[in-house]
Amino acid sequence: MNGPGRGASVSLAGLEKTFDRVSAVDGVSLDIRSGEFLTLLGPSGSGKTTTLMMIAGFEMPTAGDIAIDGKSVVAMPPYRRNIGMVFQNYALFPHLTVEENIGFPLKQRGVPKAERVKLVGEALELVHLPGYGARYPRQLSGGQQQRVALARAIVFQPRLLLMDEPLGALDKQLRENLQLEMRRLHADLGITFIYVTHDQEEALTMSDRIAVMNDGKVAQVGRPEDLYDRPSSRFVAGFIGESNFLPAIVRGMEDDVVVAECKGVLIRALCPVRPASGAKIMLTTRPERLRFADGGWNATTAQNRLIVTVTEAVFAGERCRYMLQAADGTSMVLKEPSSAAIRRRTVGEQAEIAWSVADTILVEAGLV
Amino acid sequence: MSEVAQSPTLVIPLGAAKAPTFAWRRAAPILLAAPLLIYMLVFYALPVLSMLLRSVNDPIWTLSHYAGLIDDTVFLKTFWITLHTSVIVTLGTLLLGYPVALGLARARATAPLILIVILLPFWTSVLVRSYAWMVLLGRHGLINEALLATGLLERPLRILNTPLATQIAMIHILLPYMILPIANTLRQIDPSLVRAASGLGATPWKTFRQVILPLSMPGVAAGVLLVFVLALGFYITPAMVGGPRDITLSMLIAQQVDQLNWAYAATLSAVLLATALAIIAAARRLPGVGNALRMNMR
Repeated sequence: MNGPGRGASVSLAGLEKTFDRVSAVDGVSLDIRSGEFLTLLGPSGSGKTTTLMMIAGFEMPTAGDIAIDGKSVVAMPPYRRNIGMVFQNYALFPHLTVEENIGFPLKQRGVPKAERVKLVGEALELVHLPGYGARYPRQLSGGQQQRVALARAIVFQPRLLLMDEPLGALDKQLRENLQLEMRRLHADLGITFIYVTHDQEEALTMSDRIAVMNDGKVAQVGRPEDLYDRPSSRFVAGFIGESNFLPAIVRGMEDDVVVAECKGVLIRALCPVRPASGAKIMLTTRPERLRFADGGWNATTAQNRLIVTVTEAVFAGERCRYMLQAADGTSMVLKEPSSAAIRRRTVGEQAEIAWSVADTILVEAGLV
Repeated sequence: MSEVAQSPTLVIPLGAAKAPTFAWRRAAPILLAAPLLIYMLVFYALPVLSMLLRSVNDPIWTLSHYAGLIDDTVFLKTFWITLHTSVIVTLGTLLLGYPVALGLARARATAPLILIVILLPFWTSVLVRSYAWMVLLGRHGLINEALLATGLLERPLRILNTPLATQIAMIHILLPYMILPIANTLRQIDPSLVRAASGLGATPWKTFRQVILPLSMPGVAAGVLLVFVLALGFYITPAMVGGPRDITLSMLIAQQVDQLNWAYAATLSAVLLATALAIIAAARRLPGVGNALRMNMR
């Protein structure tokens, strides 16, 4: 089952890991395609790093299987797996120059010196650090060190690259630059990337697909827009982006749209399941998809409406952020693109908000 | 791309309610150390200095004591034996100590136990340990008796009062000085470096050769220096278990003091001190070791 591309395919089946009877990874099954950029996203302790360490071979799974290009690698030591790896703290060898660091994996593979020098030079070009070969890691900035670590991880042309929060220690601007560079590298090299981060924005902008992890399990896998628009659980809706949660009671179904009573009004939501009438459910909607109904915005498609009171108004440059309170006391957030032409709301003002059925998702059904 | 990683500056917090004046800040460390400094000056620096002076002004100002050493066969032989013993002992402790240090650095739960096992003999008097070696190595000692009992030997081996006995006992006594600095450096090696090496294709042996060993060189350098310099001045053990003809420099000094030959003893002491200082200075200048000593671990 060899992948046709330059990237390896990775298959995790029922992967489990327990440390001292505490479960860190609890039944992860995931198929990563050849050449894909897949991100493991989750809060700390969700098992994402442990999963990555098992793929790299630094941790032995308690149960389950890891197959690379269809071949199980569980019994294979890390140094025979031929996987590139970038660590959060860079893990550059302090006693070796940049050149020797990047040449390290080639040396292990018995690549002759002349060939090594050529490949190291090419790798330095690729990460925009030509001329830095003779320096020691301590003479480089954090961003430069991470580029060297990246060059070292790809110089031996692995078919799979693992990255463990590689940008975690860098400041925001540098991080955004390197995110773009990693996207470009991924496109150029065509190899499979598995990327671990707790930063949802990073995951959304970089990944082909994201696997959201929680409590050692995969909560949801999908393209960034799928996860954002169609979160399958309250956890995913809350972890990726900001969400308003509306508890409601099912009153009926219209095709695949559920009609539910929420705060005394009827709200319609997209619903993949068919909850029984009278069941308690949880609906979610994104703050930037809510609008003030009288805001000069075409409200004909916005079927969901609610009367609220403004409790907080914050001008944040590109947008305004309002805290709203419904009649029963539950609070909601609304984000409106800022414009000098739009009247800003004041605290204490009553308003009707509206949003479309397509932006309302059921995330929990059958609550008692 | 001009930014360079900054090294943290050392800040000594002075927990005073009022901000101390600048002069106080500078004087405080010296004042705190003053009692010890005075003690060391009176009971160490002055006696050593007066002893060393005897090598050049006894009975008159002269360098003849030093000039005489050049063709003094007793001194040359003794000096050679001292250096030779120190080299063997240093190599012995390094070869035996490095694996132990590696084990100690890797141990998690058992580390305190291993440490106690290493330090237990350390807390016992050198005199007692040297006597213990006499019991073990003697003609009718435990080792010979055991070998005779198993039939491996027909006549007892002569170990006690040979250079070998000195070397065995000194290696045993000096081992902690080699193990502890090496284990300390090994423990400071970032575990992700070992993982990185393995992930990049290095077998465990190559990871050791190319990553762990070079990164532990500061500890090895410290251990080698410590053991070598201590071995140079060792007295009790070679005097007790060594051969009667294999005299070390420290034994020769003691002998000369016994005979009230102060000028000669002082000259030999100066040579011993100068040798130790020269070795410390040389070790710092060696390209490999010097780099290792200066190397920033992170």
